Amino acid sequence: MASTAELEKIVSQVRRDIVRMVHAVNSGHPGGSLGCAEYFVSLYFGVMKHNPSKFSMDGIGEDVFFLSNGHISPVFYSVLARSGYFPVKELATFRKLDSRLQGHPTTHEGLPGVRVASGSLGQGLSVAIGAALAKKLNNDDSIVYTLHGDGELQEGQIWEAAMYAAAKKVDNIISTVDMNGQQIDGSTDQVLPMGSLRAKFEAFGWDVLDLEKGNSISSVVAMLKTAKEHTGKGKPVMILMKTEMGHGVDFMMGSHKWHGVAPNDEQLAQALTQNHLEDEADY
Amino acid sequence: MKKYTYTEKKDTRSGFGAGLSELGKSNPNVVALCADLTGSLKMDAFAKDHPERFFQVGIAEANMIGIAAGLTIGGKIPFTGTFANFSTGRVYDQIRQSVAYSGKNVKICASHAGLTLGEDGATHQILEDLGLMKMLPGMTVINPCDYNQTKAATIAIASHEGPVYLRFGRPTVPNFTPADQKFEIGKAVMLNEGTDVTIFATGHLVWKAIEAGEQLAAEGISAEIINIHTIKPLDNAAVLASAKKTRCIVTAEEHQMNGGLGDSIAQLLARELPTPLEMVAVNDSFGESGTPDQLMVKYGLDAKNIVAAVKKVIKRK
Repeated sequence: MASTAELEKIVSQVRRDIVRMVHAVNSGHPGGSLGCAEYFVSLYFGVMKHNPSKFSMDGIGEDVFFLSNGHISPVFYSVLARSGYFPVKELATFRKLDSRLQGHPTTHEGLPGVRVASGSLGQGLSVAIGAALAKKLNNDDSIVYTLHGDGELQEGQIWEAAMYAAAKKVDNIISTVDMNGQQIDGSTDQVLPMGSLRAKFEAFGWDVLDLEKGNSISSVVAMLKTAKEHTGKGKPVMILMKTEMGHGVDFMMGSHKWHGVAPNDEQLAQALTQNHLEDEADY
Repeated sequence: MKKYTYTEKKDTRSGFGAGLSELGKSNPNVVALCADLTGSLKMDAFAKDHPERFFQVGIAEANMIGIAAGLTIGGKIPFTGTFANFSTGRVYDQIRQSVAYSGKNVKICASHAGLTLGEDGATHQILEDLGLMKMLPGMTVINPCDYNQTKAATIAIASHEGPVYLRFGRPTVPNFTPADQKFEIGKAVMLNEGTDVTIFATGHLVWKAIEAGEQLAAEGISAEIINIHTIKPLDNAAVLASAKKTRCIVTAEEHQMNGGLGDSIAQLLARELPTPLEMVAVNDSFGESGTPDQLMVKYGLDAKNIVAAVKKVIKRK
Protein backbone atom coordinates (compact mmCIF):
# COMPACT_ATOMS: atom_id res chain seq x y z
CA MET A 1 0.00 0.00 0.00
CA ALA A 2 1.11 3.55 -0.69
CA SER A 3 2.53 5.62 2.18
CA THR A 4 0.45 8.29 3.88
CA ALA A 5 2.51 10.98 2.13
CA GLU A 6 1.87 9.37 -1.23
CA LEU A 7 -1.85 9.06 -0.53
CA GLU A 8 -2.00 12.72 0.52
CA LYS A 9 -0.44 13.69 -2.77
CA ILE A 10 -3.08 11.73 -4.63
CA VAL A 11 -5.75 13.47 -2.56
CA SER A 12 -4.40 16.85 -3.68
CA GLN A 13 -4.40 15.74 -7.30
CA VAL A 14 -7.98 14.50 -6.93
CA ARG A 15 -9.03 17.86 -5.46
CA ARG A 16 -7.43 19.62 -8.42
CA ASP A 17 -9.34 17.33 -10.76
CA ILE A 18 -12.64 18.01 -9.00
CA VAL A 19 -12.47 21.79 -9.14
CA ARG A 20 -11.21 21.78 -12.72
CA MET A 21 -13.96 19.37 -13.85
CA VAL A 22 -16.83 21.38 -12.39
CA HIS A 23 -15.27 24.68 -13.48
CA ALA A 24 -14.92 23.51 -17.08
CA VAL A 25 -18.65 22.92 -17.48
CA ASN A 26 -19.84 25.39 -14.86
CA SER A 27 -21.91 22.66 -13.23
CA GLY A 28 -21.60 19.70 -10.90
CA HIS A 29 -21.20 19.15 -7.18
CA PRO A 30 -17.81 20.19 -5.81
CA GLY A 31 -18.62 20.45 -2.09
CA GLY A 32 -19.43 16.83 -1.28
CA SER A 33 -16.82 15.63 -3.76
CA LEU A 34 -14.01 17.54 -2.04
CA GLY A 35 -15.14 16.36 1.38
CA CYS A 36 -14.92 12.72 0.34
CA ALA A 37 -11.51 12.85 -1.38
CA GLU A 38 -9.72 11.15 1.52
CA TYR A 39 -12.34 8.39 1.69
CA PHE A 40 -12.12 7.59 -2.02
CA VAL A 41 -8.32 7.68 -2.13
CA SER A 42 -8.09 5.49 0.97
CA LEU A 43 -10.47 2.98 -0.56
CA TYR A 44 -9.13 2.82 -4.11
CA PHE A 45 -5.41 3.31 -3.39
CA GLY A 46 -5.27 1.71 0.03
CA VAL A 47 -7.79 -0.78 1.23
CA MET A 48 -9.86 -2.16 -1.63
CA LYS A 49 -8.87 -5.34 -3.46
CA HIS A 50 -9.67 -4.52 -7.07
CA ASN A 51 -8.43 -4.81 -10.62
CA PRO A 52 -8.64 -1.45 -12.45
CA SER A 53 -6.91 -2.62 -15.62
CA LYS A 54 -9.38 -5.45 -16.17
CA PHE A 55 -12.77 -4.14 -15.13
CA SER A 56 -15.50 -6.75 -15.05
CA MET A 57 -19.09 -5.96 -14.19
CA ASP A 58 -19.43 -9.11 -12.08
CA GLY A 59 -16.35 -8.32 -9.98
CA ILE A 60 -15.85 -11.94 -9.01
CA GLY A 61 -13.11 -12.22 -6.40
CA GLU A 62 -12.83 -8.43 -6.10
CA ASP A 63 -14.10 -5.92 -3.60
CA VAL A 64 -16.75 -3.77 -5.25
CA PHE A 65 -17.89 -0.24 -4.49
CA PHE A 66 -21.24 1.49 -5.02
CA LEU A 67 -21.66 5.25 -4.90
CA SER A 68 -25.23 5.80 -3.76
CA ASN A 69 -25.07 9.61 -3.65
CA GLY A 70 -24.19 9.82 -7.32
CA HIS A 71 -23.99 13.60 -7.44
CA ILE A 72 -20.46 13.50 -6.06
CA SER A 73 -19.43 11.94 -9.37
CA PRO A 74 -16.39 14.27 -9.79
CA VAL A 75 -14.47 12.62 -6.94
CA PHE A 76 -15.56 9.15 -8.11
CA TYR A 77 -14.45 9.78 -11.70
CA SER A 78 -11.16 11.32 -10.64
CA VAL A 79 -10.27 8.39 -8.42
CA LEU A 80 -11.37 5.82 -11.01
CA ALA A 81 -9.20 7.50 -13.65
CA ARG A 82 -6.23 8.02 -11.33
CA SER A 83 -6.34 4.38 -10.24
CA GLY A 84 -6.34 3.16 -13.84
CA TYR A 85 -9.94 2.37 -14.85
CA PHE A 86 -9.88 4.77 -17.80
CA PRO A 87 -7.57 7.44 -19.25
CA VAL A 88 -7.11 10.49 -17.02
CA LYS A 89 -7.58 12.81 -20.01
CA GLU A 90 -11.17 11.60 -20.26
CA LEU A 91 -11.92 13.67 -17.14
CA ALA A 92 -12.02 16.63 -19.54
CA THR A 93 -15.26 15.25 -21.01
CA PHE A 94 -17.17 15.41 -17.71
CA ARG A 95 -20.82 16.44 -18.28
CA LYS A 96 -20.18 17.16 -21.95
CA LEU A 97 -22.09 15.74 -24.92
CA ASP A 98 -21.14 12.18 -25.94
CA SER A 99 -19.15 11.60 -22.74
CA ARG A 100 -18.96 8.42 -20.67
CA LEU A 101 -18.68 10.75 -17.65
CA GLN A 102 -22.33 11.69 -17.29
CA GLY A 103 -23.45 14.21 -14.69
CA HIS A 104 -24.33 11.29 -12.45
CA PRO A 105 -22.55 7.92 -12.77
CA THR A 106 -24.03 5.34 -15.09
CA THR A 107 -23.24 1.99 -16.65
CA HIS A 108 -25.14 3.09 -19.74
CA GLU A 109 -22.11 4.53 -21.55
CA GLY A 110 -19.88 1.65 -20.45
CA LEU A 111 -17.53 3.58 -18.17
CA PRO A 112 -15.23 1.06 -16.46
CA GLY A 113 -15.51 1.12 -12.68
CA VAL A 114 -19.22 1.96 -12.49
CA ARG A 115 -21.56 -0.95 -11.74
CA VAL A 116 -24.93 0.79 -11.38
CA ALA A 117 -26.44 4.16 -12.17
CA SER A 118 -27.00 6.46 -9.20
CA GLY A 119 -28.26 9.96 -8.74
CA SER A 120 -31.84 9.45 -7.73
CA LEU A 121 -31.00 9.01 -4.07
CA GLY A 122 -31.51 6.10 -1.70
CA GLN A 123 -31.09 3.19 -4.09
CA GLY A 124 -27.43 2.24 -3.70
CA LEU A 125 -27.68 0.33 -0.44
CA SER A 126 -30.26 -2.08 -1.85
CA VAL A 127 -28.13 -2.70 -4.93
CA ALA A 128 -25.06 -3.27 -2.77
CA ILE A 129 -26.97 -5.77 -0.66
CA GLY A 130 -27.85 -7.66 -3.84
CA ALA A 131 -24.20 -7.71 -4.88
CA ALA A 132 -23.24 -8.88 -1.39
CA LEU A 133 -25.79 -11.70 -1.57
CA ALA A 134 -24.42 -12.72 -4.98
CA LYS A 135 -20.94 -12.86 -3.44
CA LYS A 136 -22.21 -15.17 -0.72
CA LEU A 137 -23.89 -17.43 -3.31
CA ASN A 138 -20.63 -17.47 -5.27
CA ASN A 139 -18.57 -18.28 -2.15
CA ASP A 140 -16.66 -15.08 -2.83
CA ASP A 141 -15.34 -13.66 0.44
CA SER A 142 -14.57 -10.18 -0.86
CA ILE A 143 -16.27 -7.06 0.46
CA VAL A 144 -18.96 -4.73 -0.88
CA TYR A 145 -18.47 -1.04 -0.04
CA THR A 146 -21.05 1.74 -0.30
CA LEU A 147 -21.02 5.46 0.24
CA HIS A 148 -24.07 7.58 1.09
CA GLY A 149 -24.73 11.21 1.86
CA ASP A 150 -26.23 12.04 5.23
CA GLY A 151 -29.07 13.95 3.56
CA GLU A 152 -29.68 10.86 1.45
CA LEU A 153 -30.73 8.98 4.58
CA GLN A 154 -33.98 10.93 4.43
CA GLU A 155 -35.01 8.57 1.62
CA GLY A 156 -37.20 5.73 2.91
CA GLN A 157 -35.62 3.01 0.78
CA ILE A 158 -32.40 3.36 2.79
CA TRP A 159 -34.24 2.14 5.87
CA GLU A 160 -35.90 -0.75 4.03
CA ALA A 161 -32.42 -1.80 3.00
CA ALA A 162 -30.93 -1.20 6.45
CA MET A 163 -33.61 -3.40 8.01
CA TYR A 164 -33.04 -6.16 5.48
CA ALA A 165 -29.23 -6.18 5.70
CA ALA A 166 -29.27 -6.61 9.47
CA ALA A 167 -32.18 -9.06 9.58
CA LYS A 168 -30.62 -11.30 6.94
CA LYS A 169 -27.08 -10.96 8.33
CA VAL A 170 -25.52 -9.44 5.23
CA ASP A 171 -22.16 -9.12 6.97
CA ASN A 172 -19.92 -8.69 3.91
CA ILE A 173 -20.89 -5.07 3.42
CA ILE A 174 -19.22 -1.91 4.73
CA SER A 175 -21.34 1.19 4.27
CA THR A 176 -20.16 4.68 4.98
CA VAL A 177 -22.26 7.78 5.51
CA ASP A 178 -20.62 11.08 4.65
CA MET A 179 -21.68 13.13 7.66
CA ASN A 180 -20.97 16.58 6.32
CA GLY A 181 -24.19 17.90 7.82
CA GLN A 182 -25.18 19.75 4.65
CA GLN A 183 -27.79 19.33 1.95
CA ILE A 184 -29.09 21.54 -0.84
CA ASP A 185 -31.49 23.72 1.15
CA GLY A 186 -29.23 24.14 4.18
CA SER A 187 -27.78 22.10 7.02
CA THR A 188 -29.37 18.72 7.64
CA ASP A 189 -30.45 20.05 11.04
CA GLN A 190 -32.31 22.88 9.35
CA VAL A 191 -33.88 20.79 6.63
CA LEU A 192 -34.84 17.62 8.48
CA PRO A 193 -33.00 16.79 11.71
CA MET A 194 -32.22 13.08 11.77
CA GLY A 195 -31.32 12.65 15.41
CA SER A 196 -28.72 10.07 16.33
CA LEU A 197 -27.76 8.04 13.28
CA ARG A 198 -25.69 5.79 15.51
CA ALA A 199 -28.76 5.00 17.62
CA LYS A 200 -30.87 4.46 14.51
CA PHE A 201 -28.47 2.08 12.77
CA GLU A 202 -27.77 0.23 16.00
CA ALA A 203 -31.48 -0.18 16.57
CA PHE A 204 -31.71 -1.64 13.07
CA GLY A 205 -28.97 -4.13 14.02
CA TRP A 206 -25.86 -2.72 12.38
CA ASP A 207 -22.32 -2.70 13.75
CA VAL A 208 -21.72 1.07 13.87
CA LEU A 209 -18.29 2.69 13.84
CA ASP A 210 -17.55 6.39 14.26
CA LEU A 211 -14.92 8.14 12.21
CA GLU A 212 -14.35 11.61 13.61
CA LYS A 213 -11.64 12.66 11.16
CA GLY A 214 -12.95 11.84 7.72
CA ASN A 215 -10.58 14.33 6.15
CA SER A 216 -7.47 12.74 7.65
CA ILE A 217 -6.08 10.13 5.30
CA SER A 218 -4.43 8.09 8.04
CA SER A 219 -7.64 8.07 10.09
CA VAL A 220 -9.74 6.97 7.12
CA VAL A 221 -7.31 4.18 6.15
CA ALA A 222 -7.15 2.96 9.73
CA MET A 223 -10.96 3.00 10.02
CA LEU A 224 -11.48 1.11 6.77
CA LYS A 225 -9.02 -1.54 7.97
CA THR A 226 -10.84 -1.77 11.29
CA ALA A 227 -14.18 -2.05 9.52
CA LYS A 228 -12.88 -4.93 7.43
CA GLU A 229 -12.10 -6.79 10.64
CA HIS A 230 -15.70 -6.27 11.68
CA THR A 231 -17.07 -8.05 8.60
CA GLY A 232 -18.09 -11.70 8.68
CA LYS A 233 -19.50 -11.47 12.18
CA GLY A 234 -23.21 -11.56 11.42
CA LYS A 235 -23.82 -7.82 11.11
CA PRO A 236 -23.51 -5.28 8.32
CA VAL A 237 -20.95 -2.61 9.15
CA MET A 238 -21.65 1.12 9.12
CA ILE A 239 -19.04 3.86 9.33
CA LEU A 240 -20.40 7.26 10.32
CA MET A 241 -17.72 9.47 8.80
CA LYS A 242 -17.54 13.14 9.75
CA THR A 243 -16.24 15.27 6.91
CA GLU A 244 -16.28 18.88 5.97
CA MET A 245 -18.12 19.78 2.80
CA GLY A 246 -15.70 21.52 0.46
CA HIS A 247 -12.65 20.42 2.47
CA GLY A 248 -9.35 21.63 1.02
CA VAL A 249 -10.74 24.78 -0.60
CA ASP A 250 -11.13 27.37 2.14
CA PHE A 251 -13.98 29.40 0.68
CA MET A 252 -16.03 26.26 0.05
CA MET A 253 -15.51 24.69 3.45
CA GLY A 254 -18.43 23.89 5.72
CA SER A 255 -21.14 25.51 3.63
CA HIS A 256 -24.09 24.03 1.79
CA LYS A 257 -23.76 26.84 -0.74
CA TRP A 258 -21.11 24.87 -2.64
CA HIS A 259 -23.22 21.72 -2.81
CA GLY A 260 -23.99 22.21 -6.48
CA VAL A 261 -22.22 25.36 -7.63
CA ALA A 262 -19.06 25.55 -9.74
CA PRO A 263 -16.18 27.98 -9.07
CA ASN A 264 -15.48 30.88 -11.46
CA ASP A 265 -12.03 31.46 -13.03
CA GLU A 266 -10.67 33.35 -10.07
CA GLN A 267 -12.05 30.88 -7.56
CA LEU A 268 -10.59 28.01 -9.56
CA ALA A 269 -7.16 29.63 -9.45
CA GLN A 270 -7.46 30.01 -5.67
CA ALA A 271 -8.58 26.41 -5.25
CA LEU A 272 -5.66 25.15 -7.33
CA THR A 273 -3.19 27.28 -5.37
CA GLN A 274 -4.56 25.83 -2.15
CA ASN A 275 -3.98 22.33 -3.50
CA HIS A 276 -0.64 23.04 -5.07
CA LEU A 277 1.48 20.14 -6.24
CA GLU A 278 5.10 20.56 -7.38
CA ASP A 279 4.65 17.82 -9.93
CA GLU A 280 0.96 18.13 -10.68
CA ALA A 281 -0.32 15.89 -13.45
CA ASP A 282 -3.52 17.71 -14.39
CA TYR A 283 -5.42 16.23 -17.31
CA MET B 1 -62.88 -20.20 -37.70
CA LYS B 2 -60.32 -22.57 -36.29
CA LYS B 3 -61.67 -24.52 -33.33
CA TYR B 4 -60.01 -23.98 -29.96
CA THR B 5 -60.72 -26.23 -27.01
CA TYR B 6 -59.39 -26.62 -23.52
CA THR B 7 -59.61 -29.28 -20.87
CA GLU B 8 -59.35 -27.02 -17.87
CA LYS B 9 -59.18 -23.44 -16.69
CA LYS B 10 -56.01 -22.47 -14.86
CA ASP B 11 -54.53 -19.27 -13.50
CA THR B 12 -51.62 -17.69 -15.35
CA ARG B 13 -49.81 -17.05 -12.06
CA SER B 14 -49.59 -20.80 -11.56
CA GLY B 15 -47.95 -21.00 -14.98
CA PHE B 16 -45.35 -18.57 -13.67
CA GLY B 17 -44.85 -20.67 -10.53
CA ALA B 18 -44.41 -23.83 -12.59
CA GLY B 19 -41.98 -22.14 -14.97
CA LEU B 20 -39.95 -20.72 -12.10
CA SER B 21 -39.84 -24.14 -10.49
CA GLU B 22 -38.43 -25.67 -13.67
CA LEU B 23 -35.86 -22.91 -13.95
CA GLY B 24 -34.82 -23.60 -10.36
CA LYS B 25 -33.88 -27.10 -11.36
CA SER B 26 -32.35 -26.32 -14.75
CA ASN B 27 -30.50 -23.03 -14.15
CA PRO B 28 -28.44 -22.57 -10.96
CA ASN B 29 -28.07 -18.84 -11.63
CA VAL B 30 -31.81 -18.21 -11.34
CA VAL B 31 -32.71 -16.59 -8.00
CA ALA B 32 -36.09 -15.36 -6.83
CA LEU B 33 -37.22 -12.52 -4.58
CA CYS B 34 -40.65 -11.92 -3.12
CA ALA B 35 -42.23 -9.12 -1.10
CA ASP B 36 -44.50 -11.07 1.24
CA LEU B 37 -46.71 -12.61 -1.44
CA THR B 38 -45.06 -15.97 -2.00
CA GLY B 39 -48.32 -17.91 -2.01
CA SER B 40 -50.16 -15.41 -4.23
CA LEU B 41 -47.30 -15.49 -6.74
CA LYS B 42 -47.07 -19.31 -6.61
CA MET B 43 -43.40 -19.07 -5.72
CA ASP B 44 -43.71 -21.57 -2.85
CA ALA B 45 -42.22 -24.50 -4.72
CA PHE B 46 -39.12 -22.55 -5.73
CA ALA B 47 -38.75 -21.23 -2.17
CA LYS B 48 -39.03 -24.72 -0.72
CA ASP B 49 -36.71 -26.41 -3.22
CA HIS B 50 -34.06 -23.69 -3.32
CA PRO B 51 -34.09 -21.81 0.00
CA GLU B 52 -30.55 -20.52 -0.59
CA ARG B 53 -31.67 -18.87 -3.83
CA PHE B 54 -34.95 -17.46 -2.53
CA PHE B 55 -34.99 -14.04 -0.86
CA GLN B 56 -38.00 -13.02 1.21
CA VAL B 57 -37.64 -9.24 1.44
CA GLY B 58 -40.78 -8.40 3.36
CA ILE B 59 -43.13 -5.59 2.39
CA ALA B 60 -40.40 -3.47 0.85
CA GLU B 61 -40.70 -3.48 -2.92
CA ALA B 62 -38.24 -0.66 -3.58
CA ASN B 63 -35.56 -2.58 -1.69
CA MET B 64 -36.51 -5.75 -3.57
CA ILE B 65 -35.92 -4.14 -6.97
CA GLY B 66 -32.58 -2.74 -5.81
CA ILE B 67 -31.43 -6.07 -4.39
CA ALA B 68 -32.44 -7.76 -7.64
CA ALA B 69 -30.36 -5.26 -9.62
CA GLY B 70 -27.40 -5.98 -7.32
CA LEU B 71 -27.75 -9.74 -7.63
CA THR B 72 -27.09 -9.49 -11.36
CA ILE B 73 -23.63 -8.20 -10.46
CA GLY B 74 -22.08 -11.60 -9.87
CA GLY B 75 -24.02 -13.35 -12.60
CA LYS B 76 -27.38 -14.14 -11.02
CA ILE B 77 -30.68 -13.96 -12.91
CA PRO B 78 -33.19 -12.51 -10.42
CA PHE B 79 -36.95 -12.95 -10.75
CA THR B 80 -38.91 -10.56 -8.52
CA GLY B 81 -42.47 -11.36 -7.59
CA THR B 82 -45.28 -9.22 -6.27
CA PHE B 83 -48.60 -7.79 -7.49
CA ALA B 84 -48.44 -5.77 -10.72
CA ASN B 85 -49.23 -2.52 -8.94
CA PHE B 86 -46.36 -2.95 -6.48
CA SER B 87 -44.11 -4.25 -9.27
CA THR B 88 -44.39 -1.09 -11.35
CA GLY B 89 -46.11 2.06 -10.09
CA ARG B 90 -44.74 1.74 -6.59
CA VAL B 91 -41.17 1.21 -7.72
CA TYR B 92 -40.98 3.07 -10.99
CA ASP B 93 -37.88 5.08 -10.20
CA GLN B 94 -36.06 2.05 -8.78
CA ILE B 95 -36.77 0.14 -11.99
CA ARG B 96 -35.89 3.14 -14.11
CA GLN B 97 -32.49 3.88 -12.55
CA SER B 98 -31.21 0.66 -10.96
CA VAL B 99 -32.60 -1.78 -13.55
CA ALA B 100 -33.46 -0.24 -16.94
CA TYR B 101 -30.92 2.59 -17.19
CA SER B 102 -28.31 0.37 -15.56
CA GLY B 103 -29.08 -2.39 -18.07
CA LYS B 104 -29.54 -5.07 -15.41
CA ASN B 105 -30.77 -8.54 -16.22
CA VAL B 106 -33.75 -8.44 -13.84
CA LYS B 107 -37.06 -10.22 -14.54
CA ILE B 108 -39.92 -8.28 -12.95
CA CYS B 109 -42.76 -10.77 -12.60
CA ALA B 110 -46.13 -9.30 -11.79
CA SER B 111 -49.32 -11.06 -10.80
CA HIS B 112 -52.87 -9.84 -10.17
CA ALA B 113 -52.65 -7.37 -13.04
CA GLY B 114 -55.74 -5.54 -14.18
CA LEU B 115 -59.41 -5.70 -13.24
CA THR B 116 -59.44 -9.49 -12.76
CA LEU B 117 -57.74 -9.09 -9.42
CA GLY B 118 -61.35 -8.53 -8.43
CA GLU B 119 -62.69 -7.76 -5.00
CA ASP B 120 -59.64 -5.90 -3.62
CA GLY B 121 -60.64 -2.98 -5.82
CA ALA B 122 -58.87 -0.18 -7.65
CA THR B 123 -55.99 0.32 -5.19
CA HIS B 124 -54.65 -3.02 -6.37
CA GLN B 125 -56.03 -3.20 -9.93
CA ILE B 126 -53.30 -1.54 -11.92
CA LEU B 127 -54.31 -0.77 -15.50
CA GLU B 128 -51.29 1.38 -16.32
CA ASP B 129 -48.44 -1.08 -15.88
CA LEU B 130 -47.88 -2.00 -19.52
CA GLY B 131 -47.61 1.67 -20.39
CA LEU B 132 -45.23 2.43 -17.54
CA MET B 133 -42.97 -0.45 -18.46
CA LYS B 134 -43.02 -0.06 -22.22
CA MET B 135 -41.90 3.56 -21.95
CA LEU B 136 -38.62 2.47 -20.36
CA PRO B 137 -35.85 2.17 -22.96
CA GLY B 138 -34.59 -1.40 -23.28
CA MET B 139 -37.44 -2.97 -21.31
CA THR B 140 -39.10 -6.06 -22.79
CA VAL B 141 -42.82 -6.27 -21.91
CA ILE B 142 -44.70 -9.58 -22.03
CA ASN B 143 -48.33 -10.40 -21.23
CA PRO B 144 -49.09 -14.07 -21.93
CA CYS B 145 -52.63 -15.37 -22.31
CA ASP B 146 -52.92 -18.64 -20.39
CA TYR B 147 -51.16 -21.04 -18.03
CA ASN B 148 -49.12 -22.85 -20.66
CA GLN B 149 -47.97 -19.68 -22.34
CA THR B 150 -47.07 -18.03 -19.02
CA LYS B 151 -45.01 -21.05 -18.04
CA ALA B 152 -43.22 -21.04 -21.39
CA ALA B 153 -42.64 -17.28 -21.21
CA THR B 154 -41.18 -17.57 -17.70
CA ILE B 155 -38.68 -20.14 -18.92
CA ALA B 156 -37.89 -18.16 -22.08
CA ILE B 157 -37.09 -14.88 -20.34
CA ALA B 158 -34.35 -16.51 -18.27
CA SER B 159 -32.31 -16.94 -21.44
CA HIS B 160 -32.98 -13.39 -22.64
CA GLU B 161 -30.27 -10.95 -21.56
CA GLY B 162 -31.82 -7.70 -20.30
CA PRO B 163 -34.67 -6.40 -18.17
CA VAL B 164 -38.11 -7.95 -18.70
CA TYR B 165 -41.58 -7.16 -17.34
CA LEU B 166 -43.72 -10.29 -17.27
CA ARG B 167 -47.39 -9.66 -16.50
CA PHE B 168 -49.94 -12.29 -15.50
CA GLY B 169 -53.01 -12.62 -13.34
CA ARG B 170 -55.13 -14.18 -10.67
CA PRO B 171 -58.28 -15.74 -12.21
CA THR B 172 -58.51 -19.12 -13.86
CA VAL B 173 -58.86 -18.83 -17.63
CA PRO B 174 -59.06 -21.42 -20.42
CA ASN B 175 -55.70 -23.12 -20.85
CA PHE B 176 -55.70 -23.68 -24.58
CA THR B 177 -52.23 -23.03 -25.98
CA PRO B 178 -50.21 -26.21 -26.63
CA ALA B 179 -48.04 -27.18 -23.67
CA ASP B 180 -45.10 -27.75 -26.00
CA GLN B 181 -45.43 -24.46 -27.89
CA LYS B 182 -42.10 -22.64 -27.87
CA PHE B 183 -42.28 -19.10 -26.56
CA GLU B 184 -40.56 -16.65 -28.86
CA ILE B 185 -40.16 -13.17 -27.38
CA GLY B 186 -41.44 -10.55 -29.80
CA LYS B 187 -43.14 -13.02 -32.12
CA ALA B 188 -46.91 -12.72 -32.53
CA VAL B 189 -48.93 -15.94 -32.60
CA MET B 190 -51.46 -16.38 -35.41
CA LEU B 191 -54.57 -17.99 -33.92
CA ASN B 192 -56.96 -17.69 -36.83
CA GLU B 193 -56.43 -16.51 -40.37
CA GLY B 194 -59.21 -14.24 -41.57
CA THR B 195 -59.97 -11.65 -44.21
CA ASP B 196 -62.46 -9.06 -42.95
CA VAL B 197 -60.84 -7.71 -39.78
CA THR B 198 -57.87 -8.36 -37.49
CA ILE B 199 -58.25 -8.67 -33.75
CA PHE B 200 -54.97 -8.15 -31.91
CA ALA B 201 -55.38 -9.30 -28.31
CA THR B 202 -53.10 -9.76 -25.33
CA GLY B 203 -53.34 -11.52 -21.96
CA HIS B 204 -56.77 -12.49 -20.70
CA LEU B 205 -58.42 -10.86 -23.73
CA VAL B 206 -56.98 -13.46 -26.10
CA TRP B 207 -59.60 -16.06 -25.15
CA LYS B 208 -62.31 -13.39 -25.37
CA ALA B 209 -61.08 -12.63 -28.89
CA ILE B 210 -61.47 -16.31 -29.80
CA GLU B 211 -65.02 -16.28 -28.43
CA ALA B 212 -65.72 -13.12 -30.43
CA GLY B 213 -64.25 -14.74 -33.55
CA GLU B 214 -66.67 -17.66 -33.21
CA GLN B 215 -69.65 -15.32 -32.91
CA LEU B 216 -68.47 -13.29 -35.89
CA ALA B 217 -67.95 -16.45 -37.96
CA ALA B 218 -71.54 -17.44 -37.24
CA GLU B 219 -72.56 -14.07 -38.73
CA GLY B 220 -70.33 -14.57 -41.75
CA ILE B 221 -67.51 -12.24 -40.71
CA SER B 222 -64.01 -13.67 -41.09
CA ALA B 223 -61.79 -12.41 -38.27
CA GLU B 224 -58.04 -12.83 -38.19
CA ILE B 225 -57.01 -13.31 -34.56
CA ILE B 226 -53.47 -12.67 -33.43
CA ASN B 227 -52.08 -13.10 -29.93
CA ILE B 228 -49.63 -10.32 -29.16
CA HIS B 229 -47.99 -11.75 -26.04
CA THR B 230 -45.04 -9.38 -26.38
CA ILE B 231 -46.10 -5.76 -26.22
CA LYS B 232 -42.50 -4.62 -26.58
CA PRO B 233 -40.72 -5.23 -28.84
CA LEU B 234 -43.89 -5.30 -30.92
CA ASP B 235 -43.97 -7.73 -33.85
CA ASN B 236 -44.25 -4.91 -36.39
CA ALA B 237 -44.06 -7.23 -39.38
CA ALA B 238 -46.98 -9.34 -38.18
CA VAL B 239 -49.11 -6.28 -37.40
CA LEU B 240 -48.42 -4.61 -40.74
CA ALA B 241 -48.94 -7.79 -42.77
CA SER B 242 -52.30 -8.45 -41.19
CA ALA B 243 -53.42 -4.80 -41.42
CA LYS B 244 -52.52 -4.83 -45.10
CA LYS B 245 -54.66 -7.91 -45.59
CA THR B 246 -57.81 -7.09 -43.59
CA ARG B 247 -57.61 -3.27 -43.67
CA CYS B 248 -59.26 -2.78 -40.28
CA ILE B 249 -58.17 -3.51 -36.73
CA VAL B 250 -59.56 -4.12 -33.26
CA THR B 251 -57.21 -4.29 -30.28
CA ALA B 252 -58.19 -5.90 -26.97
CA GLU B 253 -56.47 -5.76 -23.62
CA GLU B 254 -57.05 -5.56 -19.87
CA HIS B 255 -55.36 -2.19 -19.55
CA GLN B 256 -55.91 1.52 -19.99
CA MET B 257 -56.38 2.61 -23.57
CA ASN B 258 -53.59 5.12 -22.93
CA GLY B 259 -50.26 3.35 -23.03
CA GLY B 260 -51.38 -0.17 -23.80
CA LEU B 261 -51.25 -2.58 -26.72
CA GLY B 262 -53.77 -0.64 -28.80
CA ASP B 263 -51.71 2.49 -28.35
CA SER B 264 -48.58 0.70 -29.60
CA ILE B 265 -50.37 -0.70 -32.64
CA ALA B 266 -52.06 2.63 -33.43
CA GLN B 267 -48.67 4.36 -33.34
CA LEU B 268 -47.15 1.84 -35.71
CA LEU B 269 -50.05 1.98 -38.15
CA ALA B 270 -50.22 5.77 -38.08
CA ARG B 271 -46.56 5.86 -39.15
CA GLU B 272 -46.52 2.99 -41.62
CA LEU B 273 -50.01 2.10 -42.79
CA PRO B 274 -52.92 4.24 -41.56
CA THR B 275 -55.78 1.82 -40.91
CA PRO B 276 -59.16 2.17 -39.15
CA LEU B 277 -58.75 0.93 -35.58
CA GLU B 278 -61.01 0.43 -32.55
CA MET B 279 -59.74 -0.30 -29.06
CA VAL B 280 -61.30 -2.57 -26.47
CA ALA B 281 -59.65 -1.36 -23.26
CA VAL B 282 -60.42 0.61 -20.13
CA ASN B 283 -61.15 4.19 -21.08
CA ASP B 284 -59.42 6.52 -18.62
CA SER B 285 -61.00 5.06 -15.52
CA PHE B 286 -60.03 3.29 -12.32
CA GLY B 287 -61.55 -0.09 -11.54
CA GLU B 288 -63.61 -1.07 -8.48
CA SER B 289 -64.53 -4.05 -6.31
CA GLY B 290 -66.46 -6.92 -7.85
CA THR B 291 -65.92 -10.41 -9.20
CA PRO B 292 -63.52 -10.64 -12.15
CA ASP B 293 -66.35 -11.60 -14.52
CA GLN B 294 -68.60 -8.76 -13.37
CA LEU B 295 -65.79 -6.25 -13.79
CA MET B 296 -64.81 -7.44 -17.26
CA VAL B 297 -68.43 -7.02 -18.36
CA LYS B 298 -68.92 -3.64 -16.66
CA TYR B 299 -65.73 -2.20 -18.15
CA GLY B 300 -66.46 -3.66 -21.57
CA LEU B 301 -63.62 -6.16 -21.76
CA ASP B 302 -65.59 -9.09 -23.16
CA ALA B 303 -66.45 -10.90 -26.40
CA LYS B 304 -69.61 -8.83 -26.84
CA ASN B 305 -67.66 -5.59 -26.92
CA ILE B 306 -65.05 -7.05 -29.26
CA VAL B 307 -67.83 -8.07 -31.65
CA ALA B 308 -69.34 -4.58 -31.47
CA ALA B 309 -65.94 -2.98 -32.10
CA VAL B 310 -65.42 -5.26 -35.12
CA LYS B 311 -68.75 -4.26 -36.65
CA LYS B 312 -67.98 -0.61 -36.07
CA VAL B 313 -64.49 -0.75 -37.56
CA ILE B 314 -65.54 -2.73 -40.62
CA LYS B 315 -67.90 0.13 -41.50
CA ARG B 316 -64.96 2.54 -41.36
CA LYS B 317 -62.98 0.69 -44.05
